Amino acid sequence: MEDFKLMKGNEAIAHAAVRCGADGYFGYPITPQSEVMETLMELKPWETTGMVVLQAESEVAAINMVYGGAGCGKKVMTSSSSPGMSLKQEGISYIASAELPCLIVNVMRGGPGLGTIQPSQADYFQAVKGGGHGDYRLIVLAPSTVQEMADFVGLGFDLAFKYQNPAMILADGIVGQMMEKVVLPPFKPRRTEEEVRQECPWGTTGKLPNRKRNIITSLALEAEVMENINLKLQAKYREIEKNEVRFEAHQCEDADYVLVAFGSIARICEKAMEMAREEGYKVGVLRPITLFPFPTNPIKELSQKVKGFLTVEMSAGQMVEDVRLTVNGTVPVEFYGRMGGIVPSAEEILAALKEKLIK
Amino acid sequence: MTTKDIIKPENLVYGKTKLMTENQMHYCPGCSHGVVHKLIAEVIEEMNIQDKAIGVAPVGCAVFAYNYIDIDWQEAAHGRAPALATAIKRLQPDKYVFTYQGDGDLAAIGTAETIHACNRGENIVIFFINNAIYGMTGGQMAPTTLEGMKTATCPFGRNTELNGYPLKISNLLAELDGTCYVTRQSVQKMASIVRAKKAIRKAFENSIAGKGTSVVEFVSTCNSGWKMSPHDSNKWMEEHMFAKYPLGDLKDTEKVHTEAK
Repeated sequence: MEDFKLMKGNEAIAHAAVRCGADGYFGYPITPQSEVMETLMELKPWETTGMVVLQAESEVAAINMVYGGAGCGKKVMTSSSSPGMSLKQEGISYIASAELPCLIVNVMRGGPGLGTIQPSQADYFQAVKGGGHGDYRLIVLAPSTVQEMADFVGLGFDLAFKYQNPAMILADGIVGQMMEKVVLPPFKPRRTEEEVRQECPWGTTGKLPNRKRNIITSLALEAEVMENINLKLQAKYREIEKNEVRFEAHQCEDADYVLVAFGSIARICEKAMEMAREEGYKVGVLRPITLFPFPTNPIKELSQKVKGFLTVEMSAGQMVEDVRLTVNGTVPVEFYGRMGGIVPSAEEILAALKEKLIK
Repeated sequence: MTTKDIIKPENLVYGKTKLMTENQMHYCPGCSHGVVHKLIAEVIEEMNIQDKAIGVAPVGCAVFAYNYIDIDWQEAAHGRAPALATAIKRLQPDKYVFTYQGDGDLAAIGTAETIHACNRGENIVIFFINNAIYGMTGGQMAPTTLEGMKTATCPFGRNTELNGYPLKISNLLAELDGTCYVTRQSVQKMASIVRAKKAIRKAFENSIAGKGTSVVEFVSTCNSGWKMSPHDSNKWMEEHMFAKYPLGDLKDTEKVHTEAK
């Protein structure tokens, strides 16, 4: 029998980090994700696996600690929430440019500004379109359950190391704060120094006589060199788009209308879908699990046979732009959202679907 | 006697450390960076820790420090070197981890990272080049610019009413419980170079002994930014910089310990 535990999404992130053999966590407290570091401090993994856990003086310092750790080839991560993520953008841009793997968790709250501590999804643009300066992409995973919060830590690290690119878990405050049953991943030992050297020959692990010095940098003053770095990055992002799209489709086979939503809102959309089907409307739900790469192909395919899409988000409408780009005008793509920390109800979503699409 | 007769191993009185690469330095002639780079490289070679030394380069003139010393390096964002060094050292405690930072990097944009790394007592070494000016960006005012000193952004001289006071950040760092060794050195003549090299070695030894953070400030010249000849820069530094930033140890826990006995 599987060993179920009951815990918050934020706590699951912490447990999963220790269990998947993470080497370091660097963070700064901010609601609604402080349980990640609190749980790690209670777990004291430095006494068991040897994982380093450190409370930094700011989000800026925390992401730069991640930059330093990632440069050594270590499995390092940070977590924060929206205002803190804004502060981390500079560091993320450097990490993306230097092509280093790391895991970043954003448990989103309502903005802009200091905003509210209530849940939100309004950092979609920031997470999916780059966020900091320059042309770069993160691999963005959007969990909708506490189980996925736990599972995406290992998956995020795997993808980050596979592509030498920062990966982000983009969770809304609901998934971070709610308690659900979860099966934690099995314990995996941290890599030895030798394994790190082998897996990450580019890491600053100390220059041995048998290799040249390793330099982790994002600086290239010559325009041609910098353009080539950009071209290499873009080729990598295309590769990620080809290989790593993840999504979940519910009752889309016979659907006339499809709700597109990520994170916890996708679960509310499933409820709205059931209510709609009880009333005789053929409604499905498509939940992107990876926001970058965005599931363009499945949405494009659906657009050949459905009458319309309703994108539902806890924002003024951000992911809807990607749905519209994908559908490219073939059928209507409508939007319904709540802002400022308000969670839309299934009834509201159904009403919006009827009003905007079914009519 | 011909030149051939003179160039013999037994006549060798000085050799460049193998840890300095063959790359041509981008530093201006007369700049203190080159000497400090060489001293750090020499100490790493003499301590035989090339395979364990990891440097963190700043943003500023020393951004390309990684081109010159043949060890592993990471290039930080402006001011963030102590945060990177914190993680590198904590994740690889057997390494000698150091940052190399200028006054703008360490004492303006990176003040928080500097103070908190020192306050946590990270077992790292911070090398701090204080030439009282932003060299790389073309000679703007630094936090350590002297009162009345002219720069591109205080063309009529630093006015304390407008710009505040020269920041003696090493004094501040010496106050923190996490630092074990804070010293102010210079490299403008042989005697000072010998002292500076000893300080570098001591700082590295402290870091591996787990004593806490060591800070070695080098009061330096920037003849291009100061618009003086290298010779005049050294003279000006001795007359003006040393008055504000006097040389010597600001803190040495070993000494305090000995004295307490």
